[in-house]
Amino acid sequence: MPVSGLEVLLEGRNLVRLLEGLGTTVGIALASLAVALVCGVPLGLAMTRRGALVQVLTRGYVETMRIVPQLVLLFVVYFDLAREGIVSLSGTATSVLVLGLWGAAEMGDLVRGAVTSIPEHQVDSARALGLAPGQVQRLVVLPQTVRRLAPLTVNLTTRLVKTTSLVVLIGVVEVLKVAQQIIDANRFEHPEAAFWVYGLVLGLYFVVCYPVSVLARRLETRWESR
Amino acid sequence: MSTTPGTTPDATGEVAAAPKRRTTLVAAIVVAALALAGVVTWLAFGRSQGAATGPRTVAQIQEAGKVRIGVFSDKAPFGSVDSSGAYVGYDIEYAERVAKDLGVTLELVPVEAAARVEYLTSGKVDIILANFTVTEERAEKVDFAKPYLKVSLGVVSPDGAPITDVAQLDGKDVLVVRGTTAETYLEAHHPEVKIQKYEQYTEVTNALLDGRGAAWVTDNTEALAWAKNNDGFSTTIASLGPQDSIAAAVQKGNADLLRWLDDELVTLGKENFFHAAYTKTLEPVYGTDVSADELVVEGGVVR
Repeated sequence: MPVSGLEVLLEGRNLVRLLEGLGTTVGIALASLAVALVCGVPLGLAMTRRGALVQVLTRGYVETMRIVPQLVLLFVVYFDLAREGIVSLSGTATSVLVLGLWGAAEMGDLVRGAVTSIPEHQVDSARALGLAPGQVQRLVVLPQTVRRLAPLTVNLTTRLVKTTSLVVLIGVVEVLKVAQQIIDANRFEHPEAAFWVYGLVLGLYFVVCYPVSVLARRLETRWESR
Repeated sequence: MSTTPGTTPDATGEVAAAPKRRTTLVAAIVVAALALAGVVTWLAFGRSQGAATGPRTVAQIQEAGKVRIGVFSDKAPFGSVDSSGAYVGYDIEYAERVAKDLGVTLELVPVEAAARVEYLTSGKVDIILANFTVTEERAEKVDFAKPYLKVSLGVVSPDGAPITDVAQLDGKDVLVVRGTTAETYLEAHHPEVKIQKYEQYTEVTNALLDGRGAAWVTDNTEALAWAKNNDGFSTTIASLGPQDSIAAAVQKGNADLLRWLDDELVTLGKENFFHAAYTKTLEPVYGTDVSADELVVEGGVVR
């Protein structure tokens, strides 16, 4: 690969622009994650209930968000709500709302899975030992649930980071779009720049996602040794 | 307390069959939490772009002091972003002039090709200026102004054996990319040529460099840009086959803004605005093989 393509990265504000794009990517991912956690945890706990109504509502929500492609959700919220005169949200707001509510559905199912994976006899035994229902949750179910959730949540976080690449279709310029802009602006004089620019973007995604994985592994190790 | 699990709010459902009352309560809480989160998100990030979804007239745009124009940010030389982060290109020149003559500030909105119609129908932008080819299908959903650029097919051939007329291609191998206008056009109108089809743009240019065909037929803008950067090859036929118009588009029914844009083209035509824009943005890419008149449309009238 000719090194002249590398110079494209150092030209003008290109590198700064890529980092700004990365900031947008990470910002949207973190905000969506916050929405996903805040909504997903109560959703998941509700899903462990046996009531018919709660099952229909929560299952319906989770399955709907999973079946409908995220791109369709983005378009519906960004374009259709505006067309119907309901609300005209900015691209960033739409991204956080859609990815957040989609993440909430995924998170909800993860929480449900983690809670129901705690064997029922543990609850029965704890109750037999005289623990109050609140204590059973706090001292027996919750600590185990959180440990089981950690790796799953990390997985969801990295999925959210990568899914942000869709938001360019509603006009949000994130790291991948900046990369495409740089490649296109140089496509006549430095057609080989694509290799370097995409290479750097790969590195940037890694730099964002890897520490999250490390953190999760640390937590798991610490909890295990306790 | 331990004897009355049913009344403890954080009791698990495993303990006893949950009373219906509580189930409904939990459902209500979940729905409320989701609604709340939605509202919070909206408040935090909303910066609502003004729910004006109907088409904005010229007077309304001027009153608001800002025109929103959808452009490409990665389609050089029509609309792209330079290394300083500024928008540049042929469409951008026009967009800047439109804002100046409206007497308002310009907000450029980066759009993707597939969503250009949606941006107009939902009122997210006032005008699309993104190398938008006029087609009947699109004209059902948006209103096109008069054109400011025209494109057709072009023929690239080696300087050693230039093809200056389609008749010269009789019985020769011609290279095209599968699924392009060039393929459809040659098959329908020139059955006498032998068509070699390639999947990729880079495959076809390599085939041409290797001498596997007498010529390459593609969009004339692509032809010009490639020939400019490859010594020994020229765009020997700059306009071939069906001609497409590139025009600005507005939301369906926005007659006021449409009329303003068409009048603007007449004004700009008098000062040869698009020739100047061509020299500034397209000529560095397309070279001087071809006269600007092959592509540029002044005054909205295709000659």
